[in-house]
Amino acid sequence: MPDLEDHFDRTIERDQRVEPRDWMPDGYRATMVRQIAQHAHSEIIGMQPEGEWITRAPSLRRKAILLAKVQDEAGHGLYLYSAAETLGADRAELTAMLIEGRQKYSSIFNYPTLTYADVGVIGWLVDGAAICNQVPLCRSSYGPYARAMIRICKEESFHQRQGYELLMTMMKGTEVQRAMVQDAVDRWWWPSLMMFGPPDDASPNTARSMAWKIKRHTNDELRQRFVDMSVPQAESLGVTLPDPELRWNAERGHHDFGPIDWSELQRVISGDGPCNAQRVAVRRAAHENGTWVREAAVAHARKAAVPRSAGVFA
Amino acid sequence: MSAWPLYEVFVRSKRGLNHVHVGSLHAADDETALRHARDLYTRRNEGVSIWVVRSDHIAATSPDEKDPFFAPSGDKVYRHPTFYAIPDDVPHM
Repeated sequence: MPDLEDHFDRTIERDQRVEPRDWMPDGYRATMVRQIAQHAHSEIIGMQPEGEWITRAPSLRRKAILLAKVQDEAGHGLYLYSAAETLGADRAELTAMLIEGRQKYSSIFNYPTLTYADVGVIGWLVDGAAICNQVPLCRSSYGPYARAMIRICKEESFHQRQGYELLMTMMKGTEVQRAMVQDAVDRWWWPSLMMFGPPDDASPNTARSMAWKIKRHTNDELRQRFVDMSVPQAESLGVTLPDPELRWNAERGHHDFGPIDWSELQRVISGDGPCNAQRVAVRRAAHENGTWVREAAVAHARKAAVPRSAGVFA
Repeated sequence: MSAWPLYEVFVRSKRGLNHVHVGSLHAADDETALRHARDLYTRRNEGVSIWVVRSDHIAATSPDEKDPFFAPSGDKVYRHPTFYAIPDDVPHM
């Protein structure tokens, strides 16, 4: 395979995209399938924390917005499953791996949404962190993944802005509402920083993913970018980020921030977060409850496919 | 295996442009594939027309034969306008 490998290396080197039917190293294919599937699962599981608030949204306007947002998350999951399938993964198998706990999803979705302010903070911080992560992925070396990310990033902007606007509205409300926003920020800030993954010196796959141009920036670079973006946004909103060590460092041209409790991330990833069991159980129930719909649609399609000359009318 | 077959989706974003491939989805039949494509790929007026086609009905070139397959067009420079030297002072050429 020296020719094929050489062709692959040159494609990456010239910053061209790898496309579905191209030869690629087994490690590249496996890494892409794992990353895309994990990303797709995150979008699908990510419907749950906010979905819980659809029936309790405070107005018809907020309900319509939240419905549209949760529908987008479903869409993002499906764009990504579609990209994973171009690598030979089977969608039903990916769903099975999620509900059997054989593949992971972002640890952030294992935290509960305790108040309606959480919906706003998820839009602002969680989707904001996702955007930081995802914008560079629009230039990822695998073509179908990069194209899915472009579509997703366009839609994420709505998600972040609706969240921030929701919080601005609450901050103009009562003392109780302002306290709800601050409480939600206190609970979501650190988990949002953990979304970027382990620190660079504990992220063994980063170097290879960067060499393959799957990733364009390290976890710590993106985390720093997110902190720098969020500080002025928090000021404008009138909330305090829960980190006494957070301050501008003129020498570095960045904000310094306090140490992250990586044992918490490890605990949540390994299944011991507040909502892990519930999230997977809900996904499993949705899949199992949908079995009859999938089967009925196939039965209907078969029946409709029988030619009318045979005397059968669908 | 997935019970619903895989479909490829092509969307015309506005009149005057070609349909462009946007991704794939699973559906039980052509009609539901179109409805799913509408819900998945045109939530924000991205299209005025959708095509769906079963993925296994698409024939495609193989990347392995990329060079020989496209070779016949590689050596025909005379198909390009720049092959022909025309003096600069000849107008509208």
